[in-house]
Amino acid sequence: MPLNWKTGGVLLGLVFFLAVLLVKPIGVSTQFVILDGIVADVVNSEFITKTEEGYTSTNAYMAKSGGKYAKSAANPLNYSFVFVLAMMLGAFLSARTRGGIGASERQSPAIWRANFGDAPMKRYAVAFLGGFVVLYGARLAGGCTSGHMMSGMMQTALSGYIFAAGAFAAAVPVAMMMYKKEA
Amino acid sequence: MTSIILAIVIGAAFGAVLDRIGATDPNWIGKMLALKHLHLMKTILLAIGTGSVLMFAGQMAGIVDVGHMSVKAAYVGVFIGGLLLGAGWAASGYCPGTGVCAAASGRKDALFFIAGGLLGAAAYMATYPMWKASGLLNDIAGGKVTLGTVPGSKFDGIWAMQGDILGIVLGLGFIAVAFVLPERLSGEGRMADMPAE
Repeated sequence: MPLNWKTGGVLLGLVFFLAVLLVKPIGVSTQFVILDGIVADVVNSEFITKTEEGYTSTNAYMAKSGGKYAKSAANPLNYSFVFVLAMMLGAFLSARTRGGIGASERQSPAIWRANFGDAPMKRYAVAFLGGFVVLYGARLAGGCTSGHMMSGMMQTALSGYIFAAGAFAAAVPVAMMMYKKEA
Repeated sequence: MTSIILAIVIGAAFGAVLDRIGATDPNWIGKMLALKHLHLMKTILLAIGTGSVLMFAGQMAGIVDVGHMSVKAAYVGVFIGGLLLGAGWAASGYCPGTGVCAAASGRKDALFFIAGGLLGAAAYMATYPMWKASGLLNDIAGGKVTLGTVPGSKFDGIWAMQGDILGIVLGLGFIAVAFVLPERLSGEGRMADMPAE
């Protein structure tokens, strides 16, 4: 059972506030690009190259905005990348200290099993395709639920509202069609 | 080095809170997005409101550096990308941040989400020139804008009204909606999953 929404909401709000007080607003989805860039540069060392002004890449997206993504991928020990690794550590410790997640739930969530049965492969396929669409969409939008919806709307950014409108316009009908049974 | 320590502390806190509020649990995401059980929606709205009020009040009190604000550009692709993200979020039960946290908390399906995500991000990297050429990435309504004009900020406002005060008002609005919204809209109404209050 999750935290009461009043406690949970205040705690989550405090984290977003602390981030903007001490450093900058929270964002996550860019780091998928950074990890792709790190991998691509390992496979092909020409992928990211150092220039006189900084870094650039053979990929136009990595090279955009003065090569800031190329620079992050060339130096993974930066705030935003470490932030996402730390999120995983925090979630891991939090899940452990509340007793972990049950074996069947680890394979696929109860809501999935109630609607689509116990076979894990179908769930894995949908999770994979979902991940593909989510990150493609997040990079097209320039941010995700964290960066656009939470950090953006918190700062009264117009883009955050546009993003949230699009996200819920698609998410609600898809969830209603797919998850008729609760669990 | 300080920035790395901050990344570890704030990142770990964010991951732990996402785990504890149920945001990394596809069961709660599914129930929220199918508009059956809005407990998580109330949590998220309260968080946005709390963050907004604290940030803008902090700016007005001179505690929060306005320069820390980072506003993303508005363009048509933001809406299209939002639609895509929303569809995938609903189908999988994960968004980028909650997906990596769910994988860390032991969910195997989240590993497939991350793998798909890395491929999706790579696909966008490959197709970016096409989007760029389409004009759908061009700024609309001024691009990097806030609703009001925030004093001392490098971002323009759509409206001339004072952006920090508007931010506090909207933040209080998010908090009010969080309180007003019912936990249940529809569904089986199982008492077992109702939080004890």
